[in-house]
Amino acid sequence: MQKITYLENPIYFESFSAVGGYEEGRGPLGENFDFIDEKDLFGMKTWERAEAEMSRIALNTALKKVNLSPDDLNIIVAGDLQNQCVASSGGLFTFGVPFLGLYGACSTCTEGLLVLTAMLTSSKNYTRGASVTSSHNCAAERQFRTPIEYGGQRTPSAQWTATASGAFILSKEKHEAKITAFMPGKAIDGYTKDATNMGAAMALAAFDSIASFFQENNPDEYDLIITGDLGRIGSDILRELLREKIKGFGEKLASLHRDCGLLLYDKNIQDVHSGASGCGCSASVLASHVLPRVVSGEIKRVLFLSTGALMSASSVFQGDHILGIAPAIRIEHGTS
Amino acid sequence: MEKAESYKKRIKLHTPPSALLKDSALAFLFGGAICLIGELLATLYIYLGISEKDAYTLVSVTLIFISALMTGLGIFDNIARHAGAGTLVPVTGFANSVVSPAIDNRSEGLILGVGAKIFTVAGPVILYAVLSGTVFGIIYYITKLFI
Repeated sequence: MQKITYLENPIYFESFSAVGGYEEGRGPLGENFDFIDEKDLFGMKTWERAEAEMSRIALNTALKKVNLSPDDLNIIVAGDLQNQCVASSGGLFTFGVPFLGLYGACSTCTEGLLVLTAMLTSSKNYTRGASVTSSHNCAAERQFRTPIEYGGQRTPSAQWTATASGAFILSKEKHEAKITAFMPGKAIDGYTKDATNMGAAMALAAFDSIASFFQENNPDEYDLIITGDLGRIGSDILRELLREKIKGFGEKLASLHRDCGLLLYDKNIQDVHSGASGCGCSASVLASHVLPRVVSGEIKRVLFLSTGALMSASSVFQGDHILGIAPAIRIEHGTS
Repeated sequence: MEKAESYKKRIKLHTPPSALLKDSALAFLFGGAICLIGELLATLYIYLGISEKDAYTLVSVTLIFISALMTGLGIFDNIARHAGAGTLVPVTGFANSVVSPAIDNRSEGLILGVGAKIFTVAGPVILYAVLSGTVFGIIYYITKLFI
């Protein structure tokens, strides 16, 4: 049974940062990123180390913005797309803060914020923590697809794994943006084996979470519903499902929907096919685009769901269906 | 909740097919251009006094070298993105499929990286080419005994 947790005492975003690579820098949100490395290597020799360094830079930037030191953090929860989440542990161990590694595929950003919120809410030992998420296009291509310099043609449904990281520092102290509710997602059969069409594999999970959430919430009180990386095809399917299956306010839900995968790049000048993907996608869009507008009050209330495609290179070859998952957090403007 | 069959139909409906006509035309042009370059090279080598058999071997070697170089310089995949089968089918595609994993896995060392993974893409082609070559060789040998 799906349960939504509403927080009597909200958890606040004290600081956040977005770091990205070349494609992210020249995308429409590029100017809002805190740091861009045009070479995608972040001074490292391998793509895997580059991703680790990227997440380190992201957390360091978030800490610096509010003059905090790593000692002020009680916990770091972090995840990425590399096997055994080595980018997160390898990049963040230098801070010397207790660490929890997460894997939720591309849903990791919301998963991390959800886990951290739950920890801060339930224990007085935890007053401030960080959630960090990253993905690197080249590290992901190597692990899940083909060598980087391999000359293949991508299908129109393929998505571009973002080289990006988002770091968020959450605390019980009052700030302008807060998390007021959270709801984990269910792993749901995406009814496809096609790893080049992950938006379609995740759309049903996003629909399930949104439908569950708005069984007991009024969409008129929301400015936006933002999904992680459904891309163009996944977004089309989600909106169609909302319109068809939800009586009364499905059209309203569909009109509130935006997707980070469609916000990160400009499809007219960037060859990204169906849009962006990767856990860095929703994390960096949240930090560079959504949260600044929540802080300013332009967005009053938003439901944020990073979407994950649960699969491995082997599971796809063995013919397993790709599962989707979409945990949700409600983010609101205001300090009260 | 959505049923499996209707969701599969939905996916099909919303997923655009590859632009077959455009892809085929580009493949024809790029593939044709590579073959034209091959023929020009052959003419050049023969003109330089190399025997016809050696000249065509040299053409393959030249094309493989150029593909490998362009893969290393990071140009090949940007052309192949548009050319598709045009660069994949000629020997250029094979060269790229061997060189790209070699570059990719350099970070894991010469033995366990490059050595172990250089044929991850080309491996199936090599295996089944040798296998089918052997099978048809045997068939050819047997039929020759009776004809």
